[in-house]
Amino acid sequence: MAIPTDPTLAGVAAAPPADVAKADVEVALESLSQWQLAWRRFRKHRMAMVGLGFFAFMILVAIFGPIIMPFDPTNIPGTTNPAGYPPSLAHLFGTDTVGRDVFAMVVNGARISVAIGGFSMLIAGFIGVVVGAVAGYFGGWVDNVLMRVVDTFFAIPLLFVILVAAKFFGQGQVISLIVIFGVLSWPLIARLVRAQFLSLREADFVEAARAVGVRDGRITFRHILPNAIGPVIVAMTLIMASNIVLEAFVSYLNFGISANQTSWGNALANAQSALGLGNWWWAFFPGMAIAVTVMSINFVGDGLRDALDPRTRL
Amino acid sequence: MTARLPGTAERPETGAGDATASSRTATASAGRGADGHALLEVSDLRMYFPITEGILLERHVGDVRAVDGVSLEIRRGETLGLVGESGCGKSTTGRAITRLYRPTGGRIVFDGTDITRAEGEPLRRIRRRMQMIFQDPYSSLNPRMTAAGIVGEPLDIHAIGTKTERRERVRELFRIVGLDPDFGERYPHEFSGGQRQRIGVARSLAVNPDLIVADEPISALDVSIQAQIINLLERLQAQFGLTYLFIAHDLSVVRHISDRIAVMYLGRIVELAGTRELHAAPLHPYSVALLSAVPIPDPAVEARRRRVILRGDVPNPASPPPGCHFHTRCWLRERLGNPPECETVSPPLAEWRPRHFAACHFVDRLGEMPESAAPATSGVSRPPARETPPA
Repeated sequence: MAIPTDPTLAGVAAAPPADVAKADVEVALESLSQWQLAWRRFRKHRMAMVGLGFFAFMILVAIFGPIIMPFDPTNIPGTTNPAGYPPSLAHLFGTDTVGRDVFAMVVNGARISVAIGGFSMLIAGFIGVVVGAVAGYFGGWVDNVLMRVVDTFFAIPLLFVILVAAKFFGQGQVISLIVIFGVLSWPLIARLVRAQFLSLREADFVEAARAVGVRDGRITFRHILPNAIGPVIVAMTLIMASNIVLEAFVSYLNFGISANQTSWGNALANAQSALGLGNWWWAFFPGMAIAVTVMSINFVGDGLRDALDPRTRL
Repeated sequence: MTARLPGTAERPETGAGDATASSRTATASAGRGADGHALLEVSDLRMYFPITEGILLERHVGDVRAVDGVSLEIRRGETLGLVGESGCGKSTTGRAITRLYRPTGGRIVFDGTDITRAEGEPLRRIRRRMQMIFQDPYSSLNPRMTAAGIVGEPLDIHAIGTKTERRERVRELFRIVGLDPDFGERYPHEFSGGQRQRIGVARSLAVNPDLIVADEPISALDVSIQAQIINLLERLQAQFGLTYLFIAHDLSVVRHISDRIAVMYLGRIVELAGTRELHAAPLHPYSVALLSAVPIPDPAVEARRRRVILRGDVPNPASPPPGCHFHTRCWLRERLGNPPECETVSPPLAEWRPRHFAACHFVDRLGEMPESAAPATSGVSRPPARETPPA
């Protein structure tokens, strides 16, 4: 006993596949993978594309800049003008008190600043995803304990911890700053991942997977994590941006990168006396490097937020 | 089978004054007929969700009694419809049976195996034989997996066949449910609602299950598509000898597909009967009200249809009313002058007619209902209710 339907529709119910294909031509003309779709959405986001372009340029500068730079930023050539020279063709961003090339400082600083931002982001992402996933998936007392740890991290005035830790674990080491920043910035990710897991573990498709007999590990990695990763990637870009700023800040206070290395924060620290002397270029170019890089990362994050959300329609 | 009887004994509400009522249920093993082997036996299933307070130390302050003593049987090859309002616990019953939840109490016996407390590997083995179709075809498919990945996952995780065999089986499943196998590499969002539900059906068929719990499988679809999916489910049942527990809130759909129907109200089954029997002569005042709400596709008859309108809302399942859960909204109780049993004694699901069960103290007084409140179907005079079935 079949419910009578519109004949064309009823045909589909028991139709051979060829007919189904014909009926469904307009549904989807081409099949794209999730990443292709995300890229397509990302491309529509103009500021994100600008941000991505600049960020990619910064990465290239960070990797290759120091190799092709004609000036060594740590080389102190001595100078006839103790106030430094303003920007010129020979020194695009001018020179500082002791004759160091500011352009070389900015280019070399990119390497350390971007490395600290990027690698601390990866550490924070890894710890945050693991802790958040465990808390959100298992819930109960596990969740309770882990989230109280997260709360504790949020309650600590991080700046003091960073200052103390930076002094304690090898002052001036890039690697120690990466670890400290990474270990201190994961709680945000953990909270986000936990919230995603809490809602996704009740999702119908997760229930469906469970009903089929899928084990916990596969549910976590095949069903929940791919659907939770969008907001996490966005948050990670924000963490990278804020850690670049944090590096500059800590270095400015002389708790960060040692003075014989070059980072944007160090360059700013060196420029402390610049404003009094009217030598705007000491502070302006490193400052702009930080501001523009952070902004472009934030734009990328903004574009990713839209691009990675499968609900966003093309 | 040690059939605990539907809604009897060991329940706080059904106390001493219940003796006559429960004697009536002595053989009422909720519809186990001579004509079939029960594939699924559920007895006194209870599913409570704890209400807790406090952040660090959670205190248990109460329970939402989503399912509160449900007993039913499904014979191999039949379709049992489970109907009720939103929040009556019908979906929870389905999910407890498929062991997505861990039941608070009662017993679920699937093909002779008690799966009430099964965990780990034994539960995974049972899952191969018991599948579920979900209500929302948009949320029940993982948006990050391809259609073929979704349909093939049960085969992958149960390691059924070789890789090539699995791929071929997925293509076959696509054909079975009326989808083009070449659409396998597409993602769920590229399909329409009806097509997505077909993917869900294909996934549930992948492991060749015996029982499929269909949790409102068509209520999220357009009306024209609903008929397609219903027809598909019926064709598959005939083709593969499937057994369905079909959960719905729409009586007309359930009437079409079910052999028997169980009507649920606030966590309990209030009536259980063959589809025809239930529609011809409902015995529970709640079923009467439900059936009177179904429009009749014949203008002449429809004009004469009289509705029984229930007042108020379903009570909070965290604090269900004492006695009969339905008494707060029962029109029959009102008509009978609010007899005290309704508020004090929980009526057992008793066999008032052969294989027709109802949980009401006053089934035999239903016929006294004045014509003004009678549903169109109840114009006929009823045979006297069966008082004492053979023990």
